[in-house]
Formats: sequence, C-alpha cells, structure tokens
Amino acid sequence: MGEQQWLRRSILQLMPHGNFTLLYRIWTRKVMKTSDTVTDFQTFKSGDERNGERSHRGSAGSGAMRMHGPEGEEERRESPGLPQSPIRLPQPPSVEGRARAGRRETSMQARKKYVFLSACACCWLLLVYWGGIQVRLLRLLGRLRADDIRLWPEWVDQDLLLGYANLEELQADAWAGESPQQRRQGWSGIYKDGRCRMETCFDFSRCRGRDGFRVYVYPPEKGDRISESYRKILASITESRYHTSDPHEACLFVLGIDTLDRDQLSAQYVPNVDERIRNYPLWNDGRNHLIFNLYSGTWPNYTEDLGFRVGQAMLAKASLNVEHFRPGFDISIPLFSKDHPQKGGERGWLERNTVPPRRKYLLMFKGKRYLTGIGSDTRNALHHIHNGKDIVSLTTCRHGKDWEKHKDGRCDHDNLEYERYDYQELLHNSTFCLVPRGRRLGSFRFLESLQAACIPVLLSNGWELPFSDVIQWNQAVIEGDERLLLQVPTTVRALSDERILALRQRTQMLWDAYLSSVDKIVLTTLEIIKDRVFSYVSRNKLMWNALPGGLLVLPEYSTHLAHFPFYYLSQGISPGQEFTAVIHAVSPLVSQSQPIMRLLQVLSKSKFCSQIIILWNSEKPPPAKSKWPPMPVPLTVMDGRKKTTSRFLPHVAIETEAVLNLDEDTALLTSEVNFAFTVWRSFPERIVGYPPRSHFWDPVKQVWGYTSKWTNEYSIVLTGAAFYHRYYHHLFSQYLPPSLRALVDHTSNCEDILMNFLVSSVTHLPPIKVAQRKQHKEPPSPQQGVKNGAWSNPEHFTQRQECVNAFAAWFGYMPLVNSQLRLDPVLFKDQVSILRKKYKDMERS
Amino acid sequence: MSAVWRSCERAAACVRALGGPAKWLSRIVGFSMCASMKYSSRGPALIPRMKTKHRVYYIALFSIVLLGLIATGAFQFWPHSIESAAEWSVERRSVHDAPLVRLLANSPIPERGDLSCRMHTCFNVYSCGYNPKNRIKVYIYPLQRYVDELGTPISSTGLSREYNELLSAISDSDFYTDDVSRACLLIPSIDVLNQNSLRVRETAQALAMLPRWDRGTNHLLFNMLPGGPPDYNTALDVPRDKALLAGGGFSTWTYRQGYDVSVPVYSPLSAEVDLPEKQPGPRRYFILSSQTALHREYRAELERLKEENGEAVLLLDKCSNLSQGAMSARKRCYKSQVFDYPQILQESSFCVVLRGARLGQAILSDVLQAGCVPVILADSYILPFSEVLDWKRASVVIPEDKLPEIYTILKSIPHRQVEEMQRQARWFWDAYFSSMKAIGLTTLQIINDRIYPYAARTYEQWNNPPVVKWSSVNSPLFLPLIPPRSPGFTAVVLTYDRIESLFRVITEISKVPSLAKLLVVWNNQNKSPPEDSLWPKINVPLKVVRTKENKLSNRFFPYDEIETEAVLAIDDDIIMLTSDELQFGYEVWREFPDRLVGYPGRLHLWDHEMGKWKYESEWTNEVSMVLTGAAFYHKYFNYLYTYKMPGDIKNWVDAHMNCEDIAMNFLVANITGKAPIKVTPRKKFKCPECTAIDGLSLDQTHMVERSECINKFASVFGTMPLKVVEHRADPVLYKDDFPEKLKSFPNIGSL
Repeated sequence: MGEQQWLRRSILQLMPHGNFTLLYRIWTRKVMKTSDTVTDFQTFKSGDERNGERSHRGSAGSGAMRMHGPEGEEERRESPGLPQSPIRLPQPPSVEGRARAGRRETSMQARKKYVFLSACACCWLLLVYWGGIQVRLLRLLGRLRADDIRLWPEWVDQDLLLGYANLEELQADAWAGESPQQRRQGWSGIYKDGRCRMETCFDFSRCRGRDGFRVYVYPPEKGDRISESYRKILASITESRYHTSDPHEACLFVLGIDTLDRDQLSAQYVPNVDERIRNYPLWNDGRNHLIFNLYSGTWPNYTEDLGFRVGQAMLAKASLNVEHFRPGFDISIPLFSKDHPQKGGERGWLERNTVPPRRKYLLMFKGKRYLTGIGSDTRNALHHIHNGKDIVSLTTCRHGKDWEKHKDGRCDHDNLEYERYDYQELLHNSTFCLVPRGRRLGSFRFLESLQAACIPVLLSNGWELPFSDVIQWNQAVIEGDERLLLQVPTTVRALSDERILALRQRTQMLWDAYLSSVDKIVLTTLEIIKDRVFSYVSRNKLMWNALPGGLLVLPEYSTHLAHFPFYYLSQGISPGQEFTAVIHAVSPLVSQSQPIMRLLQVLSKSKFCSQIIILWNSEKPPPAKSKWPPMPVPLTVMDGRKKTTSRFLPHVAIETEAVLNLDEDTALLTSEVNFAFTVWRSFPERIVGYPPRSHFWDPVKQVWGYTSKWTNEYSIVLTGAAFYHRYYHHLFSQYLPPSLRALVDHTSNCEDILMNFLVSSVTHLPPIKVAQRKQHKEPPSPQQGVKNGAWSNPEHFTQRQECVNAFAAWFGYMPLVNSQLRLDPVLFKDQVSILRKKYKDMERS
Repeated sequence: MSAVWRSCERAAACVRALGGPAKWLSRIVGFSMCASMKYSSRGPALIPRMKTKHRVYYIALFSIVLLGLIATGAFQFWPHSIESAAEWSVERRSVHDAPLVRLLANSPIPERGDLSCRMHTCFNVYSCGYNPKNRIKVYIYPLQRYVDELGTPISSTGLSREYNELLSAISDSDFYTDDVSRACLLIPSIDVLNQNSLRVRETAQALAMLPRWDRGTNHLLFNMLPGGPPDYNTALDVPRDKALLAGGGFSTWTYRQGYDVSVPVYSPLSAEVDLPEKQPGPRRYFILSSQTALHREYRAELERLKEENGEAVLLLDKCSNLSQGAMSARKRCYKSQVFDYPQILQESSFCVVLRGARLGQAILSDVLQAGCVPVILADSYILPFSEVLDWKRASVVIPEDKLPEIYTILKSIPHRQVEEMQRQARWFWDAYFSSMKAIGLTTLQIINDRIYPYAARTYEQWNNPPVVKWSSVNSPLFLPLIPPRSPGFTAVVLTYDRIESLFRVITEISKVPSLAKLLVVWNNQNKSPPEDSLWPKINVPLKVVRTKENKLSNRFFPYDEIETEAVLAIDDDIIMLTSDELQFGYEVWREFPDRLVGYPGRLHLWDHEMGKWKYESEWTNEVSMVLTGAAFYHKYFNYLYTYKMPGDIKNWVDAHMNCEDIAMNFLVANITGKAPIKVTPRKKFKCPECTAIDGLSLDQTHMVERSECINKFASVFGTMPLKVVEHRADPVLYKDDFPEKLKSFPNIGSL
C-alpha cells in the first residue's frame, strides 16, 4: 500500500487549486475504500495473480535480500508500477456498487437508484478523467516512459560527429619536458607544507624492506609535563610491534613533546615547541614525523593552527577540516577523552539485535548551546526539532563563567527542559544521536554514541571523518548537512528497519575494531601510514571495513581475500577440501610402535589430509627419511628449534587453509579427524578441537582462574589436537608481542591458551569442541614429552593460571568466551543400527 | 446474463480494434468483466430480472462508462494521438541547426576554479531537496553553437560524438529532468571533453552566459583531456568558478576531494574493437608495456627490466615500418614482430600504465577491457572513480621510482589473486568504463551518493562483480553477538483445535526456566479459544492471538506481543521435548542467534534419476533443515518471512497448507549462507510434520509434496541455498562418563 500513499502524497503536492483538492479528497476516499475492497475481492480467487505480484514486489524492494529471480527484478524496482495501480484499483467499486444495488432493488426504488447510479458513474468518470490527468502529469515528472518527454535530441547527423580526440592523440601523449626523475625532485620543492603529499614530503628510503616500518619515539625531556592522553599514545607506540629504540632504523618519528592540546588558553599548552623541535637533529623540517593533536586553535575562531611550524610532518589530528586536510597525508583521528582506556576497552553496548530495531526515542541531543561565535549557528537551531516525544533535542546555555551575560530569551526555558532528561538514559534509549559540531568539528559525542550503538547523525560540515582514508562511514553513520537540520527528522524517519539494524551493528563493529581504546586508535593510525608506505602490499577497503577489521588483517601474509578465514561468505566461496597436519614431536624415534607412528597411520587414512609436517623438537637429531613409514601424502620433517611456539610459526610449507595441529602422542581415529574437519569447514574462523578447558573469574583473589576439570562449559580447546585456519599462525607470530611468545617459550607451556586467546579476540566467539571417543582417559598422557609428567605437576597448572592472567593483561580484557555445546555427528549414540552411521568408530570404545 | 456477455464481447472487440497501446486496457476491462460475471453469478441475478426499459437504460449507462473509460485510457496511455505531434515526438534535427550565439569580446569570464570548494561550501543543496526516491534531478542545457565576434566557433570539434552519447545517456536515465527549476545538477551542452580542441577564454565566456550559471553553482563539466603544452595542467584550464568537474587525469593537488569526480579517459577503441572476455589465468607474458609515447627515461628502465627477465616481459612500441595511417593505432611492434593492438593486451597478466604528458591515460581503459591487470605508475594520479572503486582489488599502484622493481613486486602477488584482479579489472571496465553512458551515469551516481549519503550504494554494490554478488551473502545479523540469557524466549504455539494436546504442550513448556512469554496463535476461525479459566496456570504471561484466516504463515507473523529476540516455534502436539532439551536449545540459539536451531532434522538430496531435488526424513548422517514444529530462531526472520519472502512462496505455502518450515529454512539459509543447527539426539516424534496424516500411502504423498516444495522453492530462489552439515549440538558432557546430577542438562535424549 506504500505505493498508493506515496501517490496520494505526490498528488497533494501537485494540486495547485482548491477544486482539485476537493476532487482529490473524494478520489482518495474512493481509492482508500477500493483498496479495502480489493482485499475482500481477492478472497474469491485463491492464488490471485495480483496478490502474488504485490508480495513479489515487496520482496524486490529489499536491499538485503539476495534475489535470484531470473527476470530483471532490479529493473522492475527501479520503475515502479505506477500506471497500473490507479487504473486497476478503481475497478472493483463499480462491481461492488452494482452488486449492492442489485441486492437493494425493489420496483419503487429502481428509478431513484438509477439516478443515483448514473450520478455515481458520472462522478466516477470525472474522477478517473481528472485523476487521470494527474496521473499523467505525475508520470511526466516521474519519468516513467522514456519517450514521454523531450530528451536530448537524436541528431540526424550524429553519425557524422567527430570524436572528442583521435586515437593518435590519445596514444601519443608525448611528453618532451624534463626527465621524470628531475620532475619528481622538483616537486618536493613546490609541494610542501600545506600541499604535502606522501610522494613529496615523505622519505620512503627510510622504510626499506618489508619489516622496514619502524617507529621511533623521542624520549621526553626532564620536566616535561605530559598529559594523560599523550602518555597513553606514547605507551601504545612503545609497546607496539613497530617500535624501535634506534632512530637510525626508524621510518617514522613521534615527538616526545605533548602536542595534543594546542589551545593557548589551556593548562596543558606547551610553549616554545617550535624552538625545541628545531633542535632535534633528525627533525629535517618534519619529514617522516607524525604529530598527534586533539585540540587546535582557540577562542574565538578555533583555527587549525597548532602554534608551531608543522612543516612536512604528518598530522594525526582530531576535528580536521577538509580544507586543511592534506589528502593521503594527514590522518583524522577521533577526539577521545583522557579516560579513554589504554588497552582492550569496553565493548559496545549492543547486546542483542532487537526487532523492531527502533528504540523509545528516535533522535536525541543533549548538550551546550553556544549563543555566539563559531559553531553557534548549528547549536542554536537544534531546539527547533525538539518535540518532546520521539525527538529530544536539549540545549543549555549554562556553561562557561559568564553565560548569564549573553543569555537570551530561550535560556531559562531550555535549561528547565534540559534538566528533565538524563544523558545516559537517552543514550541507551535512542535510535539516532545527533552529533553536531561544537566549537570544533569533532566532539566526544561521536565516540559516545558509536559505543552506545546509537547511530550518529553528523551535523558538522567539512569534518574529515576519523580514518576516512579507510573506513566507509556511510555504512555506520548518517551524514547530515548543517544547512538541512530541519530535514533530519524526516530523513531518519524514512530509514527502513533493515537499514537501522545494519547501521547499528556497524557502529559496534567500528567501535570495537578501531576506536574502543587508545591502543587501537594509535595502531590504526600507524597501520594507515604503513599501508601508504607499502601501498602495493596493503589492505583493500573490504579488509578495513569487514569483520574483524583491518588491524587483525596482516597484508604481509597475503592481500588475497580468499587466503583469510573471514571472507568466505562475503565472497561466495568455501574453504578448501584439504588440511595439513602439523605434528609436534619431542621424543626421539626409537620404535615403530610409538604413538607418533600410530598417529601417522591415522592421518594417512584420512581422505582430507594433503600433507604432513613433523616439527622436530627433540634433543636428538631427526631420524633418516627411511625410518618413517611410507605415506600416501608428502611428509616433511622440519626443525622446530626446540621452541614451543614453533608449532604456530607460519611455515611456508603449509599450503592448505586448514591446519590440524597435533601432539605426537594424541590418540585419534581417522573418523574423528574427518568429522572434526567437516565441522571446521562450517566454522573456518574458529578453532575446532577435542579436549576442552575453561577459565573463570575468581572473585576472592581477584584473578582469572583456569581449570581442566570437567565442566558444563568450556572456553578453550587444547591445540594438542585442533583444526584452525593457517592465517592464525601469522597472527600468532606477528600480531602478538614478542614478550608473550617469549613467555611461552620460556615456560614451554601455555601456547595453546595463547592461541585460544588470540582466536577468540578475533572472532569474539568461543572455540568449538567436537565429539571424541574416550576422553575420560585423556589428561594424564605426557604432553610435554621430555618433561614427563608435566601434567601431574601442580606447578604446571599454576603456570597456566599465571599465563591466563598475563595474557588477559596484555589484551586488556578477557577475550575468552564460554560455550555450552559440543558438536557431535548427527546420529551420535542414537539408537539406530550402527551400520547407518557414518562415523561408526567414534562410538566403539 | 447473455446481455452482459454480449456487451462484454463488444467491448473487448472494440478494445482490440484500438490496437497495441490499448492492449493493456483490454486486459483490465476483461478482468473487470470477468470479475463482474463471477460476482453476478454468485449474488442475485442483476440484469435478467430487470424490465426492458431499465435494461436499455442500464446498458446505455454502462456503455457511457465504458466509452469514457476507453477515452480516458487512450488519453492517458496513448498521448501521441491527442497531443500535438510537435510537442511529443522526438525532434529530429541537425546539430548545425542549433541556435547560434555570438560571444562578445568583453563578455564576462567566470573566476578560476576555487580549490577550497566542497559540497558544503560551493554546492547548493537546497535545490536538491528532500526526495523520497533519493535521486538527484539533472537538467541539460539545450545545444547552442557559440562563435566569437568574428564568427569562429569556440571549439574545433563542436559537439563531439562522445559528449553527445554522454548527454543522451543522461537524458535517457532516471536522473533527467526537463524542468530546470527542479534540477539539482545542471549540465551545459558545451563540450569540454578535450581541452586541445577548445579556445579556453571563449569557452569560459560561453559558460558564463548560461541562463542559470550563477557562478557555476551546481554545474557539472565533463573533461577528459585537460591541460595543454608545455606543462599540462591536471585539471581543465577553462575558468569555471564553482562548477564541479568530472575530470580525467586529476592529480592530488587539483582534485577537490568529495567535490570533483575523477573519471576515466574514454578510449574510443573499445567502440571499434570487440574483445571477448578472456578467462582469468596465467598468460603468455607476465608484464607488457604497449604505450608508444613513453619518456625515454622510462623506456630505458623498461628495457633494463626486459634484459633481466627476458621473455616474461614484452616491450612494444610504434611500428616504424608501417605506413602511417589509421591502422597505426591498432598495431604495435617489437623489433620486426608486429602485434595487433589491443588484442595483444589479452596475452599478458600485467600491463604497465605509465604517466605521459597527462596523468590520465586512455590505455587504462584498453588494459581493463583486455582483463589485464594494470600496473599504474603515475605518482599523485587520482584513479578514476576512486571515491567508490577499490582499485587495490583490480590494479597494482606502484610509485614511479620503483619502476625497476616492478618485476619482483608483481611476482610476490599470489596467483589466485592475480586471477581475481583480472576478473575485477574486466568487471570495472564492463560496469564503469565501457561507454560514455557508463562513465556519465557512474559520475552522477557518485554525486547522488554524496547528496543522499544515507541512501548511498555500498562498497559491495560498487565493487563486487556479478558473480560474487550472486553467490555472496551479507547476513543482516552479521555482528558476532551472544545475547544475554536474561530476556529469555517467547514460545509461539500454533494451534487449531487440539485443546488437550495444546494444554499439555503449554504445561510442558512453562517448565523451561528461560521462557518469557507464551503466545498461542489460534488459527481456527470457527471456534473460539477456551475461556481464560480453563487454560493451564503458568508463571509466565500467556497471550492468545486469534487469526483472521487459517493460514500456516500466521505462525511466522512478527507479532508485537513477541518482545524477545528469540522465538520458539512449536506445534501443539510436540509434547515429547523435555524442559532440559528446550532450555539447552535456547542456550544453543544464543550461541548461534542467526541460525535456525531445531530438534527434528531433515535433508534435501539431489535425485540423479529424476534430475531434481528430493526431500529426505530418514535417519541420515546429514542435516540441511530443521523442522519448525520445534525450533528457535531470531524474530527478525519473522519479518523476512512475512514481508520479504521472494516470489510467491508465501502464497504457495498458504494454499498448500504445507512446507512453511521448508520455506523458513530456505529463507534463513539464503540470507545467512549458514546451515541450521540440529540439537539433541533423535527422538521418536509423532511424525511431527504430518500431523493430520495417517497411513503409509498418505505419508508417501506427503513426501512427494515436500519434495515438490523444495524444487519449487529452489526455482524461486534461483539457487539451492540449503547447506548440508554432518553435526548436531549436544551439551558438552552429553553421554560422557560423568555423574548425571552434575550435568547442566541431564535429561536429554530420553525417549
């Protein structure tokens, strides 16, 4: 019916004269009535074609729905079936009317009735006639038929027209001037300062090689006051994997001077920056330097000026204006408060996708109103959209010392209304949150509403959005226009529920991937620069904007989407059919009946196993090739260098997406392996394994606990036998800091816990445990080989508990997630003949 | 009765006589006739009972109505017959008939373009306004011929073929309006595609003379070859004030991000040569350079590259021994070997696109057309449509001074990615480069996206080739969330009249701890639900919804009463599920909130003999569907089922009173790309899907009908979305050697 309403509305707009309006009213009443009758009418004919068509069209209107209809659904959506409805719909009433007349017929009333009928008919005719004209007009404006209106003429001599350029001219675009090299050198002289670009103001030669991206932080001088926020930024850089303490191998330099707050009136303002940086021996007019800034300029204009000469340094600045932004060079960062956490960070507030997705309030704003000066235009107008019902837009004049001096007539009334609502309550209960500019373009409100899953409606003309290089903000926020404030309510009202649902989830995704901690903000900044420096080994936009976000996608591993575990569904592909088994061997090979031999037998029988890699970590040198049994698949023996982490190193020999990591003494059946692999193919981004463990919060000691007891929940599956995507090897060895890997190597323990932490922090989901035959006898088997009996050792256990806490501290939160379920074969232990079961062996004990 | 028939026939004949355009009308008339026939045959006989006098009157009246209708219809749908031909027919005139405008030497010149212009400063959004379709309106100025005082035209080409194509494509599109007062964007008909053929000053004067010029606000100029010798500016030199520029060959210093649009340099070669799409894969050459006018420094570096890598690199140049002529543009030579251009491009994996005098090169278009991955070496070049297209997926952009290293860089790209890029390159060409129409409409769409950002096309829409669009899924519930347990779930029981069984189900379900609300969908219109006092007493709210019609889809209606995310759909005869099983099902749903989580599992199979899909309910090792006689799912799928079900599936289900669960499984699998989750071991369900059917033969027909459903739905969806898996979910300690009383869900799988 939406179409009809729209039609009616547009007709209303078109009606210039009163008599038309009258006619229109009659007509609409009629149409409305007819639309009712239509539904009744349809009950006569089951499977009415018209009914079908309507639901059909409804489905075509959905953007989210995948349409596989063979006929051009899309096109039909583009040209709405307007000419059909107005003519078709008025049909039934005549039928209805006549039928009703027939029923009421008596000989005396007949004449009266005919008069009535003919009057009706005439009216109806007129209506159709006039309505028809309206429809025709509408069609004219809506351009439904191409030849209805005057087009760009089809010239009789158009075949004789000349081409805009001949082929010669296009192909021989000769260039006789200076040599390319000279020109490039010349550029750096011309395009500097305000016109800096990477190719003119950045010295690429400092970043040689793939590992060439190193960041050096100038040590802060004694007596320097460094703000909390800047301390966090510096800490994030120093702890990142890009940090170097040697300025000569650095590609990027970060100042030790706090440049976050460049408002001269602020207490944090650091004077004589100019002088100090010029004394830096490596300053070099700011080349390869990165300057962080949150506030610039001051009352009354709040310019973009930092109060010192930035030169050729890159700016990572909040509230950047597009006019001052040097595209491809500067980076816009979000404005964050000094309480913004260093690491981890709170997750977004969205816990569930409620439907319908609209919350109590449609749109909200609560904040200051500036009576004068920059930014006051927008803030002064905000009260216009307040309606006290679904749109709550509250402003107060009460800020600053002398607000009462400037106050206007609205202030007292506004202030009263302002007190009636609680900001937090509004945040939780609004679908959209206005994020208007303040004195500066960006505001804290932006991050607050993103975290609160309240879709930001930006009113900040000229704001270069944070990380706009890589993030597609139009999928998470509504970019309004300050000039069109009054249109905002209509705009957000018109958004469909589906879109709201998508926008809201995306706010959470972006918050969680890039914004929730200072660490993430800083790392994103560095990664963007790194992507520019190594532009041909960088992430594409999809990697930045799809889950799990760009920080967890390492372009050094691959730039191909199909090589990652995250994009299968969005690219319409499925994971490979084969896996590589990686066996961690610690005990020397002495007999042919050793567990590892049995394991090789088991693996060789699996049709999915394409290669086996043995990581030789024993004290003894690896045995000769002939000692290994003949295998149907390639068997490689590699030196693990006696490191526990070697089992998660990104060995180039691994060619399949799936990796089955095994301890040498794991007792498995081929059917168990096969089943787990089929499960993994359904969950390629998770760890799929057998023995579960769990973590818990110990409220007494205020630490995380770890248990290997049998529980109804688990959050870890041991990687002594587990499937996962090979990409996690790269994340493990490159994303994680060396300190954690050193801890694992040092203790020869916890590598499996660390892997579970890593994967869960990427997916936000628990691992998957699959059925295993006889688990009840499993734990005592000596996992660590040389350190026999490590499992029975209580120290081993305390160590693992310490690991859990150390890892949680590095991640800044507890990424592990609990699960209560186990995946079994469909007929597992069902009372059917064992012959029917595909995985028979798993039930024999 | 017969009179009606006769008049009906007459009308139909009359309508038929009107011919083609009125065919549609005849359908309506016929339709209403049939309807009236049907109605009158059911209701009191309308006409035969009337007296002759009345009958004549009635027929007369009817004819008037009919004639009026035909007249209106003809008037509405056949405008040519009524309006004067001059106004409606397409004008057929020569370009040379366009009105002549003489520019005075002192007529004003617009200011030079302002580099700080952005949408919010230089663009007038008020003229675009709010628009339910979120589509901008574009006006094209009528063609005029401009000459200076001496009568010399301002441009040597006048209206070029390409610009004419561009303008007619725009006028054919949805963007076009002929009402200048409603236009949001105005396009001058002054051709500035190639600056070489223009007289800059005079062109600027012509622009300033446009009736709505207003300092160029909301005007869009298309230019492909900007600048002129010797230093070739990267943007059109014609002073254009605030006008937007869709330019080929922008550099980062002239491009006003978010205001200008970077467009490709159209290659007219593509109109001449038809290069069929070539399958991606390894090609004969690895790197190919086919540009003829390279700077000698570049050429020297490429020569060095060839020396190092031999056959893998092919370095082509102009043919020196060929007679100069039209064909020289279509030939390339390596020493004495002659190659056809652009066909040779298809023989290489990578094709070098180096900057020339200008940044934008028409060869980029040729290279993309050939499905060769462009290796772009043009520092500071703004790639065409880079605002929306992700060039990293179709090209390799390398800084100019890395030219000697390109072989190593390109070798490090995985093979599969190269193939992907080849496909992507060709798709970019097909969609955005192949014609002036594509270029023009893409430009307008980009501007449209800026003006209505909330309705902008997504990254996927811009960048995914049709193959990927077809097979990919973007789940509407994509965020990995495990919703909290606390709000619980709403059980929706569909019932007709089995009160006793219904009450047992209600009592059983009410024991489940996480149950938040019970909703009974009363599908029986002939009978009222039992009185309140008769219902079982339970701890959670119980609501009864009475439906208007006995339809199966009522079970999937998104009732307002459902306040939780999780919905448990359950039949009124599923009494065999224990409270532990239901609670566990809910816990599993929390871990997979975007899937159907249900108890009895079913499978679809491909029947090779019959060549179609078959429904399977036997004890199988695989599952692709769960029955919604007992299943948890997200309430969002209720919306999808009710409002977004493709085709006529919903009506089919209601008409056949069957397969609503299969339809739901199709819907969810199609939109999420994921399989359902079957929970807990198999139970003896009392044939849950065939409640009213007894006996083997009926059971057989039931299976046939279900198979039919699968085939029908698969054809409506155009694909088989169902995914087959071999697993089901059990509690962690299910059947483990562990004390039962310590298990969270001990009572699972009991028969």
